[in-house]
Amino acid sequence: MSAGSAGPLIELDGVEKVFTVRRRAGRLRRTRHEVRAVDGLTFQVPRGEMVGYLGPNGAGKSTTLKMLTGILVPSGGRLRVAGLDPARDRLRLARRIGVVLGQRTTLWWDLPLADSYDLVRRMYRIPPAVFRANLARCTELLGLGPLLDVPVRQLSLGQRMRGDLTAALLHDPEVLYLDEPTIGLDVVSKATVRTFLRELNTERGTTVVLTTHDLTDIEQLCRRVMVIDHGRLVFDGDLAGLRAAADGERTLVVDLARQLPPIDGVPGARTVRVEGPRQWLAFPAGHSAAPLVAAIAARYPLVDLSVREPDIEALVADLYARGGAARPQPGDEAPASP
Amino acid sequence: MLYVAVAAGAFRRYATYRAATAAGLATNTVFGFLLAYAYLALWQQRPHLGGYGPAQALTFVWTGQALLAVALIAVGGVDELQERIRSGDIAVDLHRPADLQLWWLAADLGRAALQLIGRGIVPLAVGALAFPLALPADPATWGWFLLSALLGVVVSFALRYLVALSGFWLLDSSGLALISALAGMFFSGMVLPLRVFPGGLADLAQLLPWAALLQVPADVLTGARTGTGLLRGLLFQAAWAAALLALGRLVQAAATRKVVVHGG
Amino acid sequence: MADRPGGRLPVLRDALTGYALLAWMQVRSALAYRTSFVLMALGNFAASGLDFAAIALMFAHVRALGGYALPEVAFLYGTGSLALGLADLLVGSLERLGARIRDGTLDTLLLRPAPVWAQLAADRFALRRLGRVVQGLLVLVWSTGHLDVDWTPGRVLMVPLMTVCGAVIFGAVFTAGAAFQFWAQDAAELQNALTYGGNALLRYPPTVFARDLVRSVTFIVPLAFVNWLPALWLLGRPYPLGLPGWTAFLSPAVAALMGAGAALAWRHGLRAYRSTGS
Repeated sequence: MSAGSAGPLIELDGVEKVFTVRRRAGRLRRTRHEVRAVDGLTFQVPRGEMVGYLGPNGAGKSTTLKMLTGILVPSGGRLRVAGLDPARDRLRLARRIGVVLGQRTTLWWDLPLADSYDLVRRMYRIPPAVFRANLARCTELLGLGPLLDVPVRQLSLGQRMRGDLTAALLHDPEVLYLDEPTIGLDVVSKATVRTFLRELNTERGTTVVLTTHDLTDIEQLCRRVMVIDHGRLVFDGDLAGLRAAADGERTLVVDLARQLPPIDGVPGARTVRVEGPRQWLAFPAGHSAAPLVAAIAARYPLVDLSVREPDIEALVADLYARGGAARPQPGDEAPASP
Repeated sequence: MLYVAVAAGAFRRYATYRAATAAGLATNTVFGFLLAYAYLALWQQRPHLGGYGPAQALTFVWTGQALLAVALIAVGGVDELQERIRSGDIAVDLHRPADLQLWWLAADLGRAALQLIGRGIVPLAVGALAFPLALPADPATWGWFLLSALLGVVVSFALRYLVALSGFWLLDSSGLALISALAGMFFSGMVLPLRVFPGGLADLAQLLPWAALLQVPADVLTGARTGTGLLRGLLFQAAWAAALLALGRLVQAAATRKVVVHGG
Repeated sequence: MADRPGGRLPVLRDALTGYALLAWMQVRSALAYRTSFVLMALGNFAASGLDFAAIALMFAHVRALGGYALPEVAFLYGTGSLALGLADLLVGSLERLGARIRDGTLDTLLLRPAPVWAQLAADRFALRRLGRVVQGLLVLVWSTGHLDVDWTPGRVLMVPLMTVCGAVIFGAVFTAGAAFQFWAQDAAELQNALTYGGNALLRYPPTVFARDLVRSVTFIVPLAFVNWLPALWLLGRPYPLGLPGWTAFLSPAVAALMGAGAALAWRHGLRAYRSTGS
């Protein structure tokens, strides 16, 4: 079907994107300076992979996505998707990729959902049999059946997201790009979308690249994680590797029977915060929490405890401040794995 | 005072739309030239048409271009109010301590002041450079003109406010807004001075509220209205302003009841 | 797909398909608000009608304007309005480019397998814009019945020819104006000076205007080829600048040139957007 099916599906080699920004300096004068949004990115994504693409806001994530889809032209380097140069062959590439931008719907606001799908069918010239099969599969897995006749403006955010996901997949794209696919969704919708994406990747072999702020998305979906900051790739590996590389710390939260001075003398841990009878202790992510708990329980009146994982933002922040004084924040309640 | 701050805020906000103002000026200037030549051709054959001399007719054209953005099209204006009524956010506004009508009037006056400076001065200056205009030498006449233009903006606002409030009953008030804007263009003297309209239509058009938007201010500036005529013109504008603002209050009260009854 | 790289025909097919599909969706969306749709259609019809009413009111006082009688001015009005109306109907929504760049939704158009120009042109396709077309057509038909002209086949053919060329010329102005918005996003009103302003100019005979103005719309922004030159030939009137007679037949060449120029400007603008982002 395509010339590039032997090699990796996505190939970046030293890709750069430099923006020239004009700033007003004083009344009339304007200064120009260059911003390197993407600064020498090199990586490959083989067919069938599911990759998480992370980084703080403004790190270059969406600039990369826009170059991968052909919206933006790279300032330098070499970029290939499915054997095509996205910027030059944007229209041909469009038929082979699917894109869902979390906060921006492509569905037709005032018309029933089914009408938007019919538009996709005609615009992408999808053979009727393929269209029927894909639509049936997506509506079933995503629970859209009863919604097909409802005008899009009456759908909830979660329903619309599932609708957009279907619209992006009707033409059997080889790769699906997702920008924050679960942002703002309720718990049930999040779970449905994740299950669907996993099925899409494992059963149909669709390559998936997703950006997210939600650690659970990454944990449940991606074997591979890439982290970008200031336009550079600072990590490429699995989630455990990210934790190790970030030199991350986990946090042990203990509730004591009463207010006491900060716990000390526990090897491998230090108290970072005290609030009434509750205290927070940081310890290296690679270590087990069990000896700490035993040591504390032996000397203090322990009532309850939990372990918190560093969230993605904290991990990423640590990655930059490597060796610095960065510490995990008592952030999202990640599953307290024993 | 609150409403002064609202007006000042609107003034500053519209001051930031520089490219839009420049583009609008270009359009005003082009249309000014076209109409000026067409009027010249007309007045060459009928030098006293409508009681205006050729110089007065040209002044009328360029005054129209100067007031177009200020009182006729009112770019921006109450669009946001229309949008808030459509989206239902208006329910929040109705429970605020500030008066809805005064708030939007203040904002519209701030907008009009900026657009008078940004889009009014240049067309008049260009017109005066390119054609022999009948602009007054006497500062008092300029003062009366500014007062008349201000009253025109108030009448224009009161009309647009009524159209926006219709959104409480209509699903989408943009169709009505278009029709109303067209009536404004035609019956304000923008396409042709009302005194040039044939017989009865001229008399009727000069009694309608839209005459307050351009016909009266332009007549004040060109010197076609002086003495008691000037006074009558200003009273005419003030009467329509008062009547339409009062009507706006009545409709506003009805709309408030509707929102309270239906819970927004 | 079997498209050969660089093939022109598939792109044209994508453009037409994309345009037709999006325009059709727009029409159906608009019908979701019926009352407003009817009011807007009437409003558009009335809006252009008022322009002609102003001219009719002028002729209540004089028998001729710039030496031209009412049917002749009406002929200029009808051909100009029809050309602008068609261009506005088909590609007028290009002017929303700046708004689309500002709210970031241009990117979603760049993801679809159809040329962006075609998608944008259909972006706010609205049948209500037929109002101007119908009104221009009515005035044109009325004028042809009252003109004192010998309708040879050449003259009859000239009417559709100048309408099509005029629509292309105005379409090129819409395109170039939109292309400018790649750099100046809130300058949507600038092109109005040339489109609606141009239309307002072309409805009066050239004898009304100063020589310099006529020269600039003949040689610099050649809007005069929309109707002035061909219509004056048809009416048997001399063109004020004393141009040779064959220039009346240059409209197709001018339309082609302006179309090519606008296409270049558009490509340039799109390339600038895609290399700078928003």
